Formats: sequence, C-alpha cells, structure tokens
Amino acid sequence: METLCFYLFAALAVVCGFLVVANPFSRNPVASAMFLVLTIAALAGLFVLLHAFFLAAVQILVYAGAVMVLFLFVIMLLDLKEEERRSWRKFGLVGGGVAVALIALLMYAALRQSPLGAAGEPRVEGSTAALGELLFRQYLLPFELVGVLLLVGMVGVIWLSKRAVP
Amino acid sequence: MMETLDQLFVLLKRWVVGEFPAAWRLWLSPLIDAGAIIGVFAGLFAVTTLLERKGLGRLQNRMGPNRVGPFGVLQPLADGLKMLTKEDIVPRAADRVVHFLAPIAMVTPILLAYAVLPFGRNLVAVDFDAGLLFFFAVGAGTELAVFMAGWSSRNKYSLLGAMRGIAQMISYEVPLVLSAVAVVLVAGSLSLPSIVDSQAGYHWGWLARWHVFTPWGLAGFILFLIAATAESNRSPFDLPEGESEIIAGHLIEYSGFKYALFFLGEYLGLFAVSALGITLFLGGWQAPVPFLAWVPSYLWFGAKLLGCIALFIWLRGTMPRLRTDQLMNFAWKFMLPLVLVNLVVAALWHGTAAWGFFGAGATRWLLGGAVLWLTYSALSHALFTAPGRGPRTYRYAD
Repeated sequence: METLCFYLFAALAVVCGFLVVANPFSRNPVASAMFLVLTIAALAGLFVLLHAFFLAAVQILVYAGAVMVLFLFVIMLLDLKEEERRSWRKFGLVGGGVAVALIALLMYAALRQSPLGAAGEPRVEGSTAALGELLFRQYLLPFELVGVLLLVGMVGVIWLSKRAVP
Repeated sequence: MMETLDQLFVLLKRWVVGEFPAAWRLWLSPLIDAGAIIGVFAGLFAVTTLLERKGLGRLQNRMGPNRVGPFGVLQPLADGLKMLTKEDIVPRAADRVVHFLAPIAMVTPILLAYAVLPFGRNLVAVDFDAGLLFFFAVGAGTELAVFMAGWSSRNKYSLLGAMRGIAQMISYEVPLVLSAVAVVLVAGSLSLPSIVDSQAGYHWGWLARWHVFTPWGLAGFILFLIAATAESNRSPFDLPEGESEIIAGHLIEYSGFKYALFFLGEYLGLFAVSALGITLFLGGWQAPVPFLAWVPSYLWFGAKLLGCIALFIWLRGTMPRLRTDQLMNFAWKFMLPLVLVNLVVAALWHGTAAWGFFGAGATRWLLGGAVLWLTYSALSHALFTAPGRGPRTYRYAD
C-alpha cells in the first residue's frame, strides 16, 4: 500500500515537474505554474509517507498556498505573452545541461554516502514538538540566519522596485 | 445512558464497521467518516441558505422566501432543482479544462479540512499531530481555486474579481493564522482535540475555562471572526463579488451546477472556519456550565455552530461593503499589529500562570486587557487620522 502510494506520488511529481518546464501542449506560464502546484502537492504526499506530517502541511501552506499564489499574481499582472513565443537558445541549452549535470553529480555523491533503502530510523519522529526542539536548540543559528536572509531579500526587492518608480 | 447517548455516533460507527470482514475495515472507516461529514454539512448548507434568506429578509424589512412549502421551508429544494436543470454555459474563449476544474478545486480542500475538526467527544475523523496546520494548509487551496476560476473565464471582470479575492484572502490569512497561534502557544499543541481538552473544567465551579474568557482569547476571537469573515468572502468583505462594481467577480462565467458548487464551497468554508473558531476559543464541544454537562457533546457543538452562523447572517445584513484601500489598510495596519501584540499578551498570560497570590487572576486580566486596549486605541487612532483620510469627496456625484 505504502509502496504503491510512493510510486504514485513520485510519478506525479516527476511528470508534473517535467510539464512545468517543457509542456508540449501549451507554452502558457499559468499552465506551468499550476503544474508546479501539483508537483508541490505530490512532494507533500511523499513527506506524509515519511511520517513528516508537519513538513507536509507546511509544504502545502507555504509553497502551494502563499508562494504559488504570488507567482500567479505576478503572472496575471505582467501578462507574460512573449514567454509563449520564446524558442530554444544555444546559451540556454548549454547552461541547462551544465546545471543538470551538476545536480546529477551532487545526487550521485549523496546517494553514494547513504545507499538506497538503508536510511534506517528517521532522525526526527513525526511529532511537531520534536522538530521544534531540534530547530530552536540544535540548529538555532542556521534557522535564524535563514530568517535574516529572507528579510534581506525582501528589503532588497522593495528597494529595487521603489527605485524603478520615479 | 447519557454516556451512550454522548458517544452514540462513535458507537454506531464502530458497530457498522465491525459488521464487515476485517480486510474491508481499513477502507470502510474513513469512507463512513467522509460520507457522514459530506451528508451532514451539505444538509446544513441547505438549511443555512434558507435561514440566511429568511433572516436577511427580516433584517431588510421584507418577508423573504415564503412561496415553496409552508413558510417557504422547501425553498432549498427548489433552488437545488433549478441549479441542476440550468444549462451549463462555458465561454468560447475560456480555458475549458481549468474552467471545469475550478469548482472542484474549491470544494475538495474545504471538505478535507473537516477531517481534523472535533465535532464532539471522540467524534473526530482524523486526530493527528499537526491538525491545525493541516486545516490552514488545505484552506490555502481555495485561493488557487479562485484564481483558476477568474483566469480561465477570459473575462476582465472575472480577472479583476479574482485578483481582489486573492489579495484579500492572502492579507487576511495572516491575522487568521496568527490569532490561532496564540491558542497553540497556550494550549501547547497543534492537535485540535487536545486544544479542546485544554479548555476543559470550570473556574470556581461555574465559569468555563474557555480561551475566550481570557484577555488574549477575547481579542483573538474577535480578530479571528473578522479575519474569518474576510477569508470566506462574506459581507462586509465581499469585494471579490462586488455586484455593483464587478458584477460577480470570478463567478461571472459560471452557471448551473458549477455555480452551485462555488456557492457550496463558500458556505462549507464558512462552517469550517466557524467550527475552527469554536474549537479554538469557545471550548469546542464542552458545555458552558457544569450542570448542563450531561447534554451530548455534539449538541453543544451544533448549538455553537448555529450561533456563529446566525452571527454571520446578522453581520451580512448590517454592514456596508468596504472599499479596497480600506480593506487593505485594515488588514495590514490594524489587524496585523494588534494580533502580534495579542501574541505577546498570550505569552505573558502563559508565563504568569504560576502566580498564586490573592487576586492573581484579576491582575493578569487587567494587565493583559490594558495592553490590548492601549494598542487597540492607538492603532484605531492611527487608522482614522492617516494622511489622505479626510471628509469624503465625490468626483462625479456632487
């Protein structure tokens, strides 16, 4: 049962992820964004199968709920028509290939360190309290740093967009 | 006897599931839960449409529906038949697939949200650790449905309505979640049944220990109600529909059963968020006074739910619609700071829980209430004296 669910969600994630970047039926950015939502939902399903309910809920709440809606908002406001006409460029092909190769290398290295199917017991049990303990005790500094990083990004965006308007 | 009556539905389900072979039980149990939730709340939807039309009619000094059946009680049936038999029109330029999926994407997540709500003692479909988060996570799905409806219709008004709706829902989701966070902070759990359990018992044997009777709980409940009204797009926050400006927003190009599904989704969302408010602040299925604790828990829950629905109908009949800038100012400049201060007050309340001297409860109440009252008056003063806010001017209507 769990294996079946895993393959279902995994297939959904891969297929929808592919359709986000290379949809043969429509070049519409809105369609891409919606397939991204499906990908995120499938990933949340995978989290549930790992008994990480908190992560699954946050994944849906933050990514599918807030971030994707903002993406769609921007798409609606900007009316990205030229995106539909864009064709393949040599630079894009080479850059994309290099990026894929790098990620594949990274995954290969990660998989060699911990072989498939031998993950053993999860580090954090599904409980939200345990996750909070870990985040706010052991990993407090990285957690706060990520928060500051996001704030810097936000301030930067506001500064840039304020400059554009005279 | 009363014990059995209180657990009636739980025992009933256990008996029904027990009648089937063991292999089926794993599948049957959630199916029964889902069927019961859909049946009960769809029925409540039908009753509420009638109540709302009757109530609004009385508030506006008219009779309301009174033609179908005695006193018009069969009106929901007639409405349903009309919706089912109407032609389903899809604009030629519309994105057919998304246009078809939008109503489904509206109703499904809201029905999922009911899975974690405790309707009575032990009467919850799924009690899991991050129940509250799950509720908000699936609730976020409805924003996407509004976008899908507005965008796929290829209609300017639809798009405008969807943009308004999404902006409003995103803005008011922040105070909604933050006012719930105060409860999580004090109750120390994200699971809704244990939040209800944290409100069990009575002070001095008569005053229920509900969160609404604390300063942060009272402020939180009011903020939660306002944010919930906005989140479910009800008047006075019904700008996305705004009949007088953008006709019906994202609903323009929907007719027949799809339109009914949107309507159903809106009402189911209202019930769900009311039920959440009851669970968080009004003690869930707990009785308000100890000598009435023998009344079955689900009846208390139902009574509170009907009370909330009546409040929403009353609000709809009383308040005029806001303007977009007022809506945004109210969310970001008034509710967000107030709800953050409320969070601090809740933390103080939790931190001073160990105080044992005489009159400690009253001191804590006054302290928390004073902080909230000062913030409230400062914020409302700032809101009313903001630059650009003067006597109303009319460009065309003078």
